[in-house]
Amino acid sequence: MTTGGASGSLGELIERRTVLICAGPGGVGKTTAAAALAYEAARRGRRAVVVTIDPARRLADALGLDALTNEPHQVERVWEGPGEMWALMLDVKGTFDSAVTRNASSAEQARAILDNRLYRNISGALSGTQEYMAVEKLYDLSFDPRFDLVVVDTPPTRHALDFLDAPARLLRFLNNRFFRVLMMPTRASLRAVNFATQALLKTMSKVVGGDVVRDAVAFFTAFEGMEQGFRDRASKVKALLAAPSTAFVVISAPRRDAVDESLYFAGRLAESGQQVAALVVNRLFPEFGGAPPIALPPGHPDSGAAGVLDELLANARDLAGIAARERQHVEVLTSRIHGAALATVPLLDDDVHDMAGLALVAAHLFPEPET
Amino acid sequence: MGTLPGRVDPRAFCTQARVLVVAGKGGVGKTTVAATLALVAARAGLHTLLIDVEGTAALPALFGHSGPLGYQETVLADGGDRPGTGRSGAPIRARSLTPDDALLEYLEDHGLRRISRRLTATGTLDVIATAIPGIKDLLVLSKVKSIDKGATAGGDLDLIIIDAPAAGHAVTFLVSPKGLADAVTVGPIRSQAGEVLEMIADPTRFQVLLVTVPEETPVNEAAETAFLLEDQAGVKLAPVVVNGAWPHLGLGGAAPAAASLGVQLTDAEVAGLDRAAEFRRHRQDLQAAQVERLAERLPLPQMMLPYLFSTDLGIHELHILADALERQIAVLPTSAS
Repeated sequence: MTTGGASGSLGELIERRTVLICAGPGGVGKTTAAAALAYEAARRGRRAVVVTIDPARRLADALGLDALTNEPHQVERVWEGPGEMWALMLDVKGTFDSAVTRNASSAEQARAILDNRLYRNISGALSGTQEYMAVEKLYDLSFDPRFDLVVVDTPPTRHALDFLDAPARLLRFLNNRFFRVLMMPTRASLRAVNFATQALLKTMSKVVGGDVVRDAVAFFTAFEGMEQGFRDRASKVKALLAAPSTAFVVISAPRRDAVDESLYFAGRLAESGQQVAALVVNRLFPEFGGAPPIALPPGHPDSGAAGVLDELLANARDLAGIAARERQHVEVLTSRIHGAALATVPLLDDDVHDMAGLALVAAHLFPEPET
Repeated sequence: MGTLPGRVDPRAFCTQARVLVVAGKGGVGKTTVAATLALVAARAGLHTLLIDVEGTAALPALFGHSGPLGYQETVLADGGDRPGTGRSGAPIRARSLTPDDALLEYLEDHGLRRISRRLTATGTLDVIATAIPGIKDLLVLSKVKSIDKGATAGGDLDLIIIDAPAAGHAVTFLVSPKGLADAVTVGPIRSQAGEVLEMIADPTRFQVLLVTVPEETPVNEAAETAFLLEDQAGVKLAPVVVNGAWPHLGLGGAAPAAASLGVQLTDAEVAGLDRAAEFRRHRQDLQAAQVERLAERLPLPQMMLPYLFSTDLGIHELHILADALERQIAVLPTSAS
């Protein structure tokens, strides 16, 4: 299972780093793992804040999160010592609104954007927005003097890599040149382009509705001049993600699809010159040593006992099969993601929905060193 | 829908509605269940089309095909017949229908074909999809509707199975047309929304089958999704499939059984067998409790599919699951299905 060295490294991460990003496929217990990391950091005396995205309701209740908020909420201490645990449930729209207000050159510009119908749809409808706002929030919190560690749970996307692509994708959207050209009807040099695009606009208005096209043109007009602010922020965020004080933790499960996605993410991270610092494999089956190699005597008069032993052997073989398969998946992960500390959490009876549950997960992630 | 005569057979089950959407949280085996249903239908001689809306390779992989599906139909299995049984089934066809595909096709069909590449390259598709939330979902369903209409007008297609988007997105997927019908009052989008709403509200044309596993969060989400779908999308729900149910074992003590049979086991072996049995019984109990919780929360008939201990699922495993599903279909309450 977990080696002492590996758990030491995960321990090192929560004690020394300032930003931990939990990435991985959906449905593997990412939010719970992120919260358990923040919990353990707090238990060890740090002031940790965890940014959650769409947590299961009972976990949110346990953390005292009853609404989307951009203001972290302090979780009640269940440990001795000065450490603090804070949590927030990302408010995507609110975060975007603050970014707009911050980057606008005037109150009028901000208002024009915030009131635009296309803009109001972005946080719900444009993929990548949630991811971008998660890093936006992460950046703010990393400079917040109340905290020494920010743990971010990344949104559940089909591919964890969306998280890395999000800022570029959102910027591309905001910097839409096609629509920008459409809104410069007065420039002589563009008149020719404009003639063709006006015809196009007409067709589009017919097909998708005139108000849609008007909203879009108005949005990109209002946005003019603001993309630089967004771009500057994106490059600062990129630098923060690449800083030595930031670590990526991949949360995975011993299933083929989860392993494939985790490897994909690690590969993408490597392309941008970064590494996975730790690997958490969740929900592992226990091992029982397999079925003993015995043959049942055929046609034994005690068919009841033979049936019982048959079942017991079949069960042991089935469970050993699962454990062996899961071990293989973990081996693939550790051999392909070099140098990452490994921590495992066994299959638990229930989903985590209170502080005791978080403490249990943390106890598995950070086992006491054996003496 | 109404009462089915007598015992439910696979053919009757699979022809209650031509369009069957298979929905469920990520990781519950939604795609496997969609493929299994297709196989049950094909084995009953029904011509079936599987539609993948996410463009992944998981669905064709179950039938031994590599790479994702294309926009054109391909035949995944010649006949649903199991090798060596002598039974002859109908072919299973499949295609992808991603939201991007659907939006692009709609724009192309409405006078923008000449510049369709430019629409993609300039990010105009994203702008439209953002400006009209739900348009892509609507257009996917609209395309399904025209495939369904084509089948009604003739053609060899009895059942359309849609492997729906994962998790909470399934609700958005099916509720979007209603939102758009309310928000858009005129034009081609309005009329598309109207026709789609008509289709999804008609239980003889359209049903949704939810898939879950007997675990806490998936059970909660299945129940929540079910109520949202009934209330907000007005769709008819088929029986719910509980996937990954461990076959029940009684599992007595190892030592007395071994002693009675005169089988020599070491203490460690006895302990290992007993601990494995204890673990299994415990997991069985947890699963049974979740199945019960699902029944309390969601008054729909349940169909259980067994957990398979095999490494990779392929056509052989799909047949085992199809056998199990047929047995479950046979014991469905006839009035409820």
